[in-house]
Amino acid sequence: MLGPNLFINYGEAVAVILFGIGFSNLLLQRNLIKKILGLNIMDTAIYLFLAEKGYIAGRIAPIVVDGVQEVEAYINPIPSGLVLTGIVVSVSVTAIMLSLTIRLYRRYHTLDLDEISLRLRKEELK
Amino acid sequence: MNFVQNFPFFSIVLSMFSGTISSVLPEKAAKILNTVLISLVGLMSGILLVYLMETGEPYVYWMGHFPAPWGNEIRAGVLEAGMALFFCIIMLLSIMGGRKKLFGEVEYSKHNLYYILVNLLLSSLLALVYTNDLFTAYVFVEINTISACGLIMIRQNGRTIEAAVRYMIMSLLGSGLFLISLCMIYDLTGHLLMSNIKESVAVLAAQGEYRVPLMVTIGLMCAGLAIKSALFPFHSWLPDAYGYSTVSSAAILSSLVSKGYIFLLIKIIYRVIGFDIVMQSRIIDILFIFGLMGMVFGSLSAIRESDIRRMIAFSSVAQIGYIYMGFGLGTEAGMTASVFHILSHAATKSLLFIAAIGLTDVSGGSRQFFDLTGAGYRNKMAGVAFTVGSLSMVGVPMFSGFVSKLLFAEAAIGHTYKMLPAVMVLALSTILNAIYFMKTVLRIYVPEHKADYEVITAKDEKEYAVTVACFILLNIALGMFSQPVQSWIHAGLAMFG
Repeated sequence: MLGPNLFINYGEAVAVILFGIGFSNLLLQRNLIKKILGLNIMDTAIYLFLAEKGYIAGRIAPIVVDGVQEVEAYINPIPSGLVLTGIVVSVSVTAIMLSLTIRLYRRYHTLDLDEISLRLRKEELK
Repeated sequence: MNFVQNFPFFSIVLSMFSGTISSVLPEKAAKILNTVLISLVGLMSGILLVYLMETGEPYVYWMGHFPAPWGNEIRAGVLEAGMALFFCIIMLLSIMGGRKKLFGEVEYSKHNLYYILVNLLLSSLLALVYTNDLFTAYVFVEINTISACGLIMIRQNGRTIEAAVRYMIMSLLGSGLFLISLCMIYDLTGHLLMSNIKESVAVLAAQGEYRVPLMVTIGLMCAGLAIKSALFPFHSWLPDAYGYSTVSSAAILSSLVSKGYIFLLIKIIYRVIGFDIVMQSRIIDILFIFGLMGMVFGSLSAIRESDIRRMIAFSSVAQIGYIYMGFGLGTEAGMTASVFHILSHAATKSLLFIAAIGLTDVSGGSRQFFDLTGAGYRNKMAGVAFTVGSLSMVGVPMFSGFVSKLLFAEAAIGHTYKMLPAVMVLALSTILNAIYFMKTVLRIYVPEHKADYEVITAKDEKEYAVTVACFILLNIALGMFSQPVQSWIHAGLAMFG
């Protein structure tokens, strides 16, 4: 049951695997830049999932040309709209994360989050 | 259509718009605009609440006048309007109580940035409360995260930046899970509006189709929002974020931001998936177990903590555990208890943060346990406030915490196999709460004269005194007159259905 479905929907399967990779990178990497890369992989995987789901083979983008007006000729535009909105959101959170990383790097000259926590604890002991 | 029905839309747009204007206003004007805005939104929510109480019917508001499956919608019922009113009250009081501290900890030129963030936070909270569209909810979840991150790091030191980074990482993990679950449910049902999704999910469940994907979706959604609201194993960012940010931020974060996500989860349970389907799934049992663990381990960490701000922060972990335990009971009574605890915890935790700052100020700025000796005599109002907050958290009658504990216990009793663990952990957690809160209350009332510490009276800080008095009154009101509040929650949850 799972086998043939997995093969037909290989695009979605790839998207979910990529999501997993991004998620674990964001969670487990110690380096902040690698964490941010993980974040972007995770978000992009979701857009891939939406794009895979939103496209119907043989149809075109919903822009009326040559007076063709049947519903069957076009794909649903909403998933693409969701992807666009999602990209805007992920760009802004990436920008915030990067700016925070710059702040931390200027203070502690390292990108390793655990190392930074260790130094903070030492700072407090003084 | 009645004019009052525009109010949810007005509140969201006004708060977002005044966030934008604040960036070009001078600091003082931004402050006044912020106060006026929060009061205005609170007033509008109050009028809306009265209106909805009279009509007794929730209504749907079309954004842009497109009908149901295409347009975006706002939906207002009694519970939403009341929550909006409550959030406004807590936010106003938290900002008033921490204003003096804000001057000490944040450069004056950055104050209007602070008010931008607060306004944005308010608009995103209101949107989370009112929206009827799942994707809009996701977008505002992210706005909420960004502005909360700004509130943490507005006080610039290494600690807060690190806390903001950790907060962002955990939040982004949560919103990633939420987003993918949202895409999956869109894929399964073909809708983004909550009411339409619910109809389709009911059909799917009745036909027994797509059972596994549906369960995975519900699981991911719950996990995402649980991470964002700092349920027990995901709370590592919380003590630093609440402990080192400026006090208004800590109060707002603990009492409003996490509650916004929990309120969204309640909406998802009732209005997106359907109460019965969620309750039949095993996911609710997992929330129950993590809730119980949070109640114990949050309190244990708080006992070990000698820094008063971090101690209060760890206590939040335990209280969030209570709320999820109420969800996990899987009954209407459990839900009511959880909603009541959202109110009671929000009113109490912000009071505790504001009181703690008053105590540390008269102890030479130190937050260590032994330095606070006798602080209750040096700042009498903060001492009284801290005592009231502690008594409420422990669950002494007359205060709001007692009612929520009572409701939890009542909801647990009669449950076949969840009753014993729930009641036992409730009792254990109450004892643990009592240990660390009463220990601190006793410590601040140990008579010890320290000449070099300043003494603060109500005359010196009028705004602070008024804030603290309002908080105490709110707490006692929730504790003494809980019956109308409970019937309001019942009516609101019934309107969700």
